[in-house]
Amino acid sequence: MANRIPRVAVREQDAKVRAGNFDEVCYGYNKEEAMLEASRCLNCRNPRCVAACPVNIKIPEFIARVCEGDIRGAAEIIAEDSSLPAVCGRVCPQETQCEGSCILGIKGEPVAIGKLERFVADESMGEAPASCAPAGGIKVAVVGSGPAGLACASDLAKLGYDVTIFEALHKAGGVLEYGIPEFRLPKERVLRKEIEAVRRLGVKIETNVIIGKTVTIDALMDEEGFKAVFIGSGAGLPRFMGIPGENLCGVFSANEFLTRNNLMRAWRDDYLTPVRTGAKVCVVGGGNVAMDAARTALRLGAEVHIVYRRTEAELPARREEVHHAAEEGIIFDMLTNPVEVLGDEKGWVRALRCIRMELGEPDEDGRRKPVPIPGSEFELATDTVIMALGTSPNPLIAKTTDGLEVTRRGCIVADDNGATTRPGIFAGGDAVTGAATVILAMGAGRTAAKAIDEYIRTMT
Amino acid sequence: MFEILTREMLTPLICRMKVSAPRIAAAARPGEFLIVRADEKGERIPLTISDFDREEGSVTIVTQQIGASTSRIVSLSVGDSFADMAGPLGQPSEFVNMPAEELSRQRYILMAGGVGTAPVYPQAKWLKEHGVPVDVIIGARSKDLLIYCDEMKEVCDNLFICTDDGSFGFKGMGTDMLEKVVAEGHRYTKAVIIGPMIMMKFSTMTCKKLGIPATVSLNTLMVDGTGMCGACRVSVGGKTRFACVEGPEFDGFEVDFDEAMRRQGQYKAEEAAAGEKHICKIGRG
Repeated sequence: MANRIPRVAVREQDAKVRAGNFDEVCYGYNKEEAMLEASRCLNCRNPRCVAACPVNIKIPEFIARVCEGDIRGAAEIIAEDSSLPAVCGRVCPQETQCEGSCILGIKGEPVAIGKLERFVADESMGEAPASCAPAGGIKVAVVGSGPAGLACASDLAKLGYDVTIFEALHKAGGVLEYGIPEFRLPKERVLRKEIEAVRRLGVKIETNVIIGKTVTIDALMDEEGFKAVFIGSGAGLPRFMGIPGENLCGVFSANEFLTRNNLMRAWRDDYLTPVRTGAKVCVVGGGNVAMDAARTALRLGAEVHIVYRRTEAELPARREEVHHAAEEGIIFDMLTNPVEVLGDEKGWVRALRCIRMELGEPDEDGRRKPVPIPGSEFELATDTVIMALGTSPNPLIAKTTDGLEVTRRGCIVADDNGATTRPGIFAGGDAVTGAATVILAMGAGRTAAKAIDEYIRTMT
Repeated sequence: MFEILTREMLTPLICRMKVSAPRIAAAARPGEFLIVRADEKGERIPLTISDFDREEGSVTIVTQQIGASTSRIVSLSVGDSFADMAGPLGQPSEFVNMPAEELSRQRYILMAGGVGTAPVYPQAKWLKEHGVPVDVIIGARSKDLLIYCDEMKEVCDNLFICTDDGSFGFKGMGTDMLEKVVAEGHRYTKAVIIGPMIMMKFSTMTCKKLGIPATVSLNTLMVDGTGMCGACRVSVGGKTRFACVEGPEFDGFEVDFDEAMRRQGQYKAEEAAAGEKHICKIGRG
């Protein structure tokens, strides 16, 4: 029986070797492996995986094509619902989405849906995308070239709109470019190609434009002729703990550390960007960003500790990232919370003063709340501290757009279709939800594209 | 995009360029800055906007050659283009949004140090255009490091020039100059100080002594310039502020200059090493 075949293991770079380079960790399946893994899919009549996917990719259908060896056909099925499959196959938290709801996972291992998606995307990369409607359509502006913006722009272009994406940084991709490291998402080989595919749909990307500063949304609509705007500006502002000593030299936000390495390629010798780790780095936090920062610091030659106030079971990072980090030699200091950053006489970090924690009653999220153990403070010596405590949306756009309502936490208020409190202005992704996942942002971008199309149709 | 229209060396190390950047020129106001990248492998360098021409669609930047990335900027010629230029960034100077009635009661002293003289220029120009009394002090180590003296004369009521070595104008620092002009009877309600961090620190102390509220423009480290990285964080009045989005101008009396100076030098060792020889960045330590 098909489901007796164990999940096909994916080939990876040896942990010791990869700890010293920035090449991609996972090699992915080859065709033979992909076809074998695809044969494990039961093709459920009521596929729970599809419902669990934020963009509802027709998973059993594309897997059936892989099983037949029809990779092109599989790619076409995925393309109906996703514009960034090579990215999503790599960075989606499959264990809580598609794979988490796979029937096979109840008694054994779920189908490796993410790895299959990645294989199909990589195999068919660079091939002509689905045909798009003729040019000369109505102008729509998209703010931000991250997953939400790219997904929204792709769908609008396919519907025949004349779409321009405005990106604040010098490279398109948003968090995919500045946040996620090369060893998890290769920039030239994967990300550039997927963005090129979006461009081939007719989408224009104007970099170096900071909406709210270079030009306002009102100016785009009133002076530049854009009939609607989608805001997918993400959650770019780093949080700090608010503890003493956080402004000492050697304390960085994960955003700074990762942006230097990813967007600015500091790890490469031929780029001028400076980066600094020292011999020992403490990364505070337990999400994907914390894992990315930790594994980057490790590759730059440091001993790296993850300092997290709950236990390994509560780490919000993807399971695969935690597993890879541990394999590579990252040290996990769990149930530990910094209370102060201690400096030397020159104003540089020398240690983190931490307190031991224990898990108490579950909080409103259902996660057990960490409680400090009185009198358990201790010093953890370190040269560098990287704060990876989450991010919040940038207020730049909301502040410069009258009538655009935001929540107390700075998130743009939008309904289920992405409509904001200003007619013609839509929003989605982290700018609305606060920091979440690539695929949720893509889903929001797609939903908003539909709503923008309806809005413009009723207007004209 | 971002083509260099004019270029001149103001001193052997300081270069002035007019660059085509229509979107930035259309939006720029005094006090704001931009981020520029010479080429694909260069750093993002924040520079204060020294002037802008909305009709021509150009902005003027003044760069002092200090490290590898600024050297690349200075090495570009007329007709070359910058890889990237983004802005305007930060908040405009306080006087830009000041009610007319309040503005009419002000007498400004602008204190400029070294390459910081360039961003003082648009401020003086704006104040002059709006009929606000404005004097300027330009200070430099020696005569050949003075910039913008002729241009500044046109946009202020009194221009005071001083050099540390006395090779031009008054012999002494900007702080000495300020004490002198105040002793001579000049009265000011506000000071704006732009220059090296150490100069801003001491000028602020002099202003405090003389009872003149002082605004400083902080040239902190930055990566994106839009609030994302936090490299620019400074302590102002005991609170952490991001110079890129909340600044770059702050109340000088409230700024922790010693911390700001330490933070500014965070990558000195790495930059010195990169300037000397090739260093492999992977697997150090």
